[in-house]
Amino acid sequence: MPHKTFFWFIFPSLAAMFLFIAMPIVSVAFQSLFIEHEQVLIEVENCGPFGCETETIIDNDATAAIREAEPLGRFNGLGTYFDRGHLATSEIGEAWSTRESLGAFVSEVMNLPFYRALAFTLTYTFVCTPLIILLGLAIALGVNALPKMFKGPTIFVSLLPMIITPLIGSLILFWMIDAEGVIGKTLQVLFDDPDLSLKASPALTWITLIVYGVWSSAPFAFVVFYAGLQTVPEDTLEAAMVDGASRWERVRYVVVPYLMPLVVFITLIQLMDNFRVFEPIVGFSASANATSLSYIIFADLRGDIARFNSAAATSILTIIGVAILLTPVLIRTWRDFNRKRT
Amino acid sequence: MASAAMKRSPTLAIFATGFVILWVIIASFPFLWTLWGSFKVQGDFFSKADWTNALWGTRTIVETGDAFTTHAYSGAWIDQEFWRASLNTFIVVFFTVIISLTFGTLGGYALARSGYRYAFWLLMIALVFRAMPHITLVSGYLLPFFEWNVWGHLPTSIIVLVAINQPFTLWMLHSFFLNIPKDLDESAMVDGCTRFQAFRYVIIPVMWPGVITTGLFSFLLAYNDFAVTAMLLSQENQTMVPKIASFLGSTFEEGNVMFAVAAVVSATAPLFVLILFFQRQIVSGLTAGAVKG
Repeated sequence: MPHKTFFWFIFPSLAAMFLFIAMPIVSVAFQSLFIEHEQVLIEVENCGPFGCETETIIDNDATAAIREAEPLGRFNGLGTYFDRGHLATSEIGEAWSTRESLGAFVSEVMNLPFYRALAFTLTYTFVCTPLIILLGLAIALGVNALPKMFKGPTIFVSLLPMIITPLIGSLILFWMIDAEGVIGKTLQVLFDDPDLSLKASPALTWITLIVYGVWSSAPFAFVVFYAGLQTVPEDTLEAAMVDGASRWERVRYVVVPYLMPLVVFITLIQLMDNFRVFEPIVGFSASANATSLSYIIFADLRGDIARFNSAAATSILTIIGVAILLTPVLIRTWRDFNRKRT
Repeated sequence: MASAAMKRSPTLAIFATGFVILWVIIASFPFLWTLWGSFKVQGDFFSKADWTNALWGTRTIVETGDAFTTHAYSGAWIDQEFWRASLNTFIVVFFTVIISLTFGTLGGYALARSGYRYAFWLLMIALVFRAMPHITLVSGYLLPFFEWNVWGHLPTSIIVLVAINQPFTLWMLHSFFLNIPKDLDESAMVDGCTRFQAFRYVIIPVMWPGVITTGLFSFLLAYNDFAVTAMLLSQENQTMVPKIASFLGSTFEEGNVMFAVAAVVSATAPLFVLILFFQRQIVSGLTAGAVKG
């Protein structure tokens, strides 16, 4: 296809992506270099019967005026990146030099908002993804063995957790695990602890969120694996059996290697999706015990005063995180592409 | 199925069936429970006394005289004006899907038919864009949109959702168009069609299965979105998902949670119908990208 025709075909799509994906990235990078204006202080002299005294007060009108005139704020360089709400270099340095033990240092770092969010985001991403793949594979193997008439309905039901709006799905589970909800009550009875609440401790909240993550994404892995299972060559399976492979060995040495490209695909998609975990934290009202990078951006923008600059700096750090996550995939694809061409 | 390799011992068969049944319960029980509970009062759905109250509706009978009440639905849809939110959702989703597919078919077709290296790079860039957390993009829009006075309107979030949708749509339609033989449109061009005429008269008539599948996923993205619509729409233009979130945020007075429960069930219904009719397309769409690598 000539370059010109190609350009006109792809133009609308490219323009949309450029304006609303590429430009916002530039926009957050730019915003992150600024910081809100400080409040304008004025000195007023109060003169009473006992003499005059000067007092410093906030000039609300002037503050509002300057914020109105320059909504971007004042230039701050990379300052926002290193403040307490983000990389907190000086706080970490201090915690390191005054540390009593490694554990105390780690817990001090975990009190900093950015590291707290990063810790949860990474834990969620790297715990959920393998569990999703394992559960998905298990369900796919199970469903594949069902009589034909049950397959359709099973797939139908399995699609529900995946297709449901993430916020709605997490709300549904949140109501059930409530101390007065059905699962919460059952757990209290099971563990014989009337005060047990899944919302109380950070550890339980993390587990709840991860369980939700697996519940909502396992169907995706299941459907992909199930489709892959339909194409596993039967000859190879039979040959393996003739050679004396047990059922488990056949799964391990024939089916799983055959599905390996699918595992790569699911891992890629799940890493991208789990890294931006956001709605479950809103749905489970879990922000006291678990925050993610996406959530702290949301919280900055949603506060009483929107802190655009702080949100922008976190966004840039998140984008860097995504880039690091994607690098191996991109390098691999690049190599494949070059191999195909030559 | 009858092949020897697929035969298995009875224990294994029982174990496998049991596992699938367990999964079916885990996958479906939350929905059934919430659907059932949405016709009860709060005292039953969140029962302090006994969880079986939610099954029989003990408090519901005391409070309303019947085991089922539609109070939560009327409260949400009429008092809390959930109908307005669902109308907004319909507008946003409808236009997002139509525009996404128009842009996506043109772009996907071009990517599939161009043999140049830059087509590959565009796909790679699209993949990176697909990975961007939506909320980071939103934090880029917010300040400019405030300044240009376009914040809060439905068209703004429609075009933003279209853009966020493009990377995925391009990938999907690109791999779909690769499956349509090149000879088809090339022979049309030999017969004197321009590239666009070939697209219009030869490709469009055969592309519908792929477009429908892609459209389903565009629908899901727009329908399920929370980050964009919650941040970019004003109160009166709110769509369903942010509206549900605001039910929870406002006040925790008695009964208000049930509005959210009813709203959640209402918002789930269209998705349910969607799977009912399009299960095959959804499954094939999920696997289209994967099986080809």
